[in-house]
Amino acid sequence: MQHVSPIREPLVTGGKTYADITEDVCRQVEAKPNVRWMMALGVSLVFLGIFIYSVYRTLWFGIGEWGLNKTVGWAWDITNFVWWVGIGHAGTLISAILLLFRQKWRTSINRAAEAMTIFAVICAAMFPVLHMGRPWLAYWVLPLPNTFGSLWVNFNSPLLWDVFAISTYFSVSLVFWYIGLIPDFATIRDRATGPIARRAYALLSMNWTGSAKHWSRYETVSLILAGLATPLVLSVHTIVSMDFATSVIPGWHTTIFPPYFVAGAIFSGFAMVLTLMIITRKVFRLEDYITLEHVESMNKVITLTGSIVGVAYITEFFIAWYSGVEYEQYAFINRATGPYWWAYWSMMTCNVITPQLFWFRSIRRSLTATFIISIFVNIGMWFERFVIIVTSLHRDFLPSSWVMFSPTSIDVGVYVGTIGLFFTLFLLFAKFFPVVNMAEVKSILKSSSGVSHTHNPDASMHGTAPKNSHKHD
Amino acid sequence: MTSKKYILGVFDDEDVLLNAIEKTRAAGTRIYDVFSPYPIHGIDDVLGIERSRLPIVAFFCGLCGTSFALWMQIYMLGFDWPMIIGGKPHIALPSFIPVTFELTVLFAAFGMVITFFIISGLRPTMKVPVMDVRSTDDKYVMAIELKEGTDVSILNDLLRSNGAIEVNEKEVVK
Repeated sequence: MQHVSPIREPLVTGGKTYADITEDVCRQVEAKPNVRWMMALGVSLVFLGIFIYSVYRTLWFGIGEWGLNKTVGWAWDITNFVWWVGIGHAGTLISAILLLFRQKWRTSINRAAEAMTIFAVICAAMFPVLHMGRPWLAYWVLPLPNTFGSLWVNFNSPLLWDVFAISTYFSVSLVFWYIGLIPDFATIRDRATGPIARRAYALLSMNWTGSAKHWSRYETVSLILAGLATPLVLSVHTIVSMDFATSVIPGWHTTIFPPYFVAGAIFSGFAMVLTLMIITRKVFRLEDYITLEHVESMNKVITLTGSIVGVAYITEFFIAWYSGVEYEQYAFINRATGPYWWAYWSMMTCNVITPQLFWFRSIRRSLTATFIISIFVNIGMWFERFVIIVTSLHRDFLPSSWVMFSPTSIDVGVYVGTIGLFFTLFLLFAKFFPVVNMAEVKSILKSSSGVSHTHNPDASMHGTAPKNSHKHD
Repeated sequence: MTSKKYILGVFDDEDVLLNAIEKTRAAGTRIYDVFSPYPIHGIDDVLGIERSRLPIVAFFCGLCGTSFALWMQIYMLGFDWPMIIGGKPHIALPSFIPVTFELTVLFAAFGMVITFFIISGLRPTMKVPVMDVRSTDDKYVMAIELKEGTDVSILNDLLRSNGAIEVNEKEVVK
């Protein structure tokens, strides 16, 4: 009746029962905020303050507060935009693509990873909106009837495709995440004691009772949403890469960009998931749900996508040489040996060399090593976008226009500010929402907990609970 | 104000529950609903729940999205205010594909989810009529509607002999 694999390690350890899962996940939702959480929120709010101040300076005094100049008209803003969007992609990969591949290990990390997606996309959206200079006119990007002679938006522009891609991605991810949350909100609602909590979670749980018919439809909806989100996530970073690839700037005008950007996005996203998960499992004592097995699986994805990114870097270099185009060759030689060599070699070290350490099993399964490498990957992927954007722009077509880019304190403020925004949102999520998808973990418990729940029909007929024989393999 | 009475059989193992559903239906008793903390595989077959037609809804909503996006772009750039952009034709279909794809996904996802909410009666309410609060934690609850003149003890015996750990009665006022 039940299958215990002798090869695969259990995904839920510690011999948990269904009630234990509810208890462990609801604990931090129901308890008073602990000191560590308050301190983390305090630090995040300080950074959020930096963000608000930098945004005020940007909007009050204008884009001149940033370090952009005539030649480098795009720098940290678009770097940060692409970096955040890329981070978001791991959440959708875990929740949608791994659902289609029936990877059960996704169940205990998908909730937090999807939350990360949504918050990362919010942070990403800040940059194009702020770069408009007048964000109150942001609705001009939409094809609305207007009084300019009904002048429509340009549907041939990748920047407009971005508007549609990012907004669709954000709203579909939000819906996917919320659908997954509904049964868990119902669980919290049915346990809630306080009058405010009971009503708030009742509103959030959307009348959910766990009826068999609803579950049947719920599973259909999840599967179709996963099927829709999978090509969607690939399209989003493809379109982001086309912001560059469709222009005629040496270093940008390459057909390798879409797959290379998608792989890079998944690579950086998984690194961010690991950074967050290693902290979350420790702070909320979820070690039995987010196990070393999960960490190792994610590290394998990092090795794969990191290697794809490495191959892409080398391919770009090779194609620049092979193309025989002098300007293309110069763009790449300049990246590696020009004034921004330090950015290029930071990128190469962090993205190509560090993930290769995961070929060693002991490093893959070491939390400290994983945490450090995940930070390195995040730094490396930030440098990747910086290298692509700034080194391609700073040597303009006319040597008289050649400049260097240096960020102002406001540039830095907006960037670290979005990190504050991200962590503020994530900490609020971790306190008030269930960080692990209880319903999905319960649904895999029987086959993946390493505990065989044998059932004795004689015992239950007399009204006693079935005995669990604990058998770890 | 009408009130209905239900007999609730509480189970604590999904396989016992599946077996009990089969036995109960075989005995000719109509099951009102079964509540569980997570989707149970195989419950659709034993309860006789038909496969959901929501994928069809998603397909047609997606089709609406595709047609709307194509119409919008062709009308706006091709007829309403034609402009030459980068020497491309007014109706440059290849560059309309990204927006068309995104709107297809958007319409399909939202159309399906809104339909799912409406047909399942999912909406924000302050008070949710839950049969047994443990059914969102670790128990499975089978509800049988109690009609006038039904013998409660027969149902009680039927549920208990099929592995229910508790049998309760619940009145729901509507």
